[in-house]
Parts: sequence; structure tokens; C-alpha cells
Amino acid sequence: MEKIPILKMGRFLLVTIQVDMHDQLALQLQDDLTARIVHDRAQGVLIDISSLEVVDSFIGRMISNIAAMARVLDAQTVVVGMQPAVAITLVELGLSLDGVRTALNVDKGMALLREQVAESGRL
Amino acid sequence: MTATNALEKVLTQEQEVLAEWVQQQLAANTLRSDLMKESELRAQSREFLSLFRTAFATGSAFSINSSDWAPVCEFLSSVSRSRVLQGFTSSETATFVLSLKRTLFEPLRRELEHDPAAFAQALWNLTTLLDQLGLYTTEVYQKSREAVISRQQQELMELSTPVVQLWEGILALPLIGTLDSARTQVVMESLLQAIVRTGAGLAIIDITGVPTVDTLVAQHLLKTVAAARLMGADCIISGIRPQIAQTIVHLGVDLSAVVTKATLADAFILALRRTNSSLVAPGTTNAPKG
Repeated sequence: MEKIPILKMGRFLLVTIQVDMHDQLALQLQDDLTARIVHDRAQGVLIDISSLEVVDSFIGRMISNIAAMARVLDAQTVVVGMQPAVAITLVELGLSLDGVRTALNVDKGMALLREQVAESGRL
Repeated sequence: MTATNALEKVLTQEQEVLAEWVQQQLAANTLRSDLMKESELRAQSREFLSLFRTAFATGSAFSINSSDWAPVCEFLSSVSRSRVLQGFTSSETATFVLSLKRTLFEPLRRELEHDPAAFAQALWNLTTLLDQLGLYTTEVYQKSREAVISRQQQELMELSTPVVQLWEGILALPLIGTLDSARTQVVMESLLQAIVRTGAGLAIIDITGVPTVDTLVAQHLLKTVAAARLMGADCIISGIRPQIAQTIVHLGVDLSAVVTKATLADAFILALRRTNSSLVAPGTTNAPKG
């Protein structure tokens, strides 16, 4: 069964979504990610979707859920690498992903995460 | 002699018919000698007459939609299109085809002098054919014009949504003209592509040039802001005229999610501050106001 790899970068976790997500994979990701956040005491999660050319409402909802779960575990989430066409589609679908911070690329995403973590006062 | 035979026979005297036809066209008061030289008119007439004769000889049907008439229609398409570019009106182009009727009237009459019924039939056949061909040129003419218009519309849409880089990391999007859903698509695409290309974190959307802002326009603006936000860039809307501010409140449009400024200058100062830059007048050491 395929799994989406989760990489550790310092205090943060990096998830790169490269394949089409289906229910099973999404649930697996949620399980793995929440487990890793607790296990590694991660302060932030960076979700990279630069490989996704098509994002539907399912993935949109999944990203929102992951961000919410991470927040409950006191970790910030930033989504990076959204392609212009994807952004337009999400807006047209009415999914503006409120509550999910976004950045243009991994560099900016990391900077944003560090900022947010500093703001939230975690050591 | 039947009507069809008579017409065919007249058409075999191609050179005489051509000479007569060109002469009549040159003498007509609808001649546009300023747009087309005589040699070109002659060449077009000769080509058309030859194709017309060939098509008439092969086809027994009197409808130009059959494949026998395809070469004639193709020729007329190219004539019509080139005449559009030369500046002819659609009736002038159609007259080119319809004027052949008058030329063939006299030879036909001579041929069928003793058979009025056949003469009437021949005339009717000729009229039907040439009318169809004349209308065909008008149709092609209109389609070419429509193609020009839609191409210009496309160019206009692309030209009027430039995205300029004001500063490092700050983009400006001056909108001119009404913002309908088609333009909003173009605006969104240009802006997002510019964000990716420059890595900008801030975009100033200036609506000084947008004449009216109703709920639909406001919706389009908010969509653009949301899309930019998904790409990690914040937006500031500037250039809000006093009248527009009143309209927005009266309509109950909610712009609380976006920072709005009256002028582009104010928006620019804010953007600089957000990116931790500021403008300092030369020779001063104090922090600037604003």
C-alpha cells in the first residue's frame, strides 16, 4: 500500500503530495501525520502541493482537516507551492481554505512557520 | 434549345462575356477604382467567370452547396476576405457577383429569342445561382469582420490587464474599465502568474479606472484577493473614489477581509512598511512619517 512520506526538518515536518489522493491514502496520511507530530513534538507542518495540477473539493477539505488537527496538537500548518490554476479553481469552488496559511514556496513557507511558531510562544 | 443548353452555350463565349462584363463594371458608378486596380478587377472577373462556367457545365443542380460548386465558393471566399482588407463594403463585394447577371442577359435573350418560356427559365436559373453566390460572399464578409472583432476584443482584454512590479516583492495591478467575469479570469491568471514569476508577497489592486463597482464587481475583486492569498500573497485594494465608497456601503458589500486605501500612494507606503522597507529623503536621519 502506498504511503505519503513525511520528512522531518528540524522542528518541522515536510509532506509532499505528488500522487492523486483517494480516501484510503488521505486517511492514512492523517493517521501518520498526527502520530508523527506527537512523536517528534513537531511545531509545524509544511504541506507541499506543487506537484498537484488538479485539486478538487476533497483534497481541499482534507488539507483543512489536517491543518485543524495539527492546530489541536499545537502545530502550525502552512501549504506551499499552489499552482495558479489550482488557486483559481479553489476560489471558483468557493473553498478559500480559511485558517490555512499559504506561501509561494518552501523557503517562504519555512520562514512563515518560524514566524508563527515564535508568535505562538513555543520554545 | 433548352434553357440549360442556352446558358452553357453563352458561357462558352468566355472571352466576349469577360470583356463585356469588365467594361460594364468599369462603367458602373459603384466602381471603387481607389481600392482596386483595373488589372486586379480583370483578373478576378476572369477567374470567377472561368470557374463559374466549369461548375455550371458539370453540375446539373442549381444549388451552390454541392461539391461541383466548391471551387467557385472557395474563390469567392478568398475574394471576399481580400476585399474586406482592402476596405470594400459587403454590398460592393456582392455587386461584383450580381453584376454578371446583366452581362449574360443580352446574349441569353439573343439565343432564346424565339422561346420566351425557355428564356424565362434560363433567366430564373441564372438569377438563382448568382443570388446564392452573391449572398455567399456577404456571409463570408460578415464572418471575416466578426473574426477581426473577436481578435481585437481578445487583444484589448490582454492589453488592459498589465501587472507591474512596483518594488521588490510588491506588485501593482491597475484595472481600467469594467470588470466582468471574463476579464476577472484574465486578471486572476495574470496576477497569479506574476506572483509566481516575481515571488511577490504583496499585490496592490488599483481600481481608480473601474467606473462602477456593484456587487458583482466586488465579488470578482474578492475572488481575485482570495486566489492571491492562496498563493501566499496579500492584497491591498486602492483607488477607491468617494462615490465608490458610498456605493459599497449602500450595497452592503463586505470588504472587511481586505485592506483598502484611497490612493495608490497610501497603499504603496503600507506595502513598504509590511516588507520592512521605507523611503528616506536624502540628507535626513529621522524616520519618515506615515
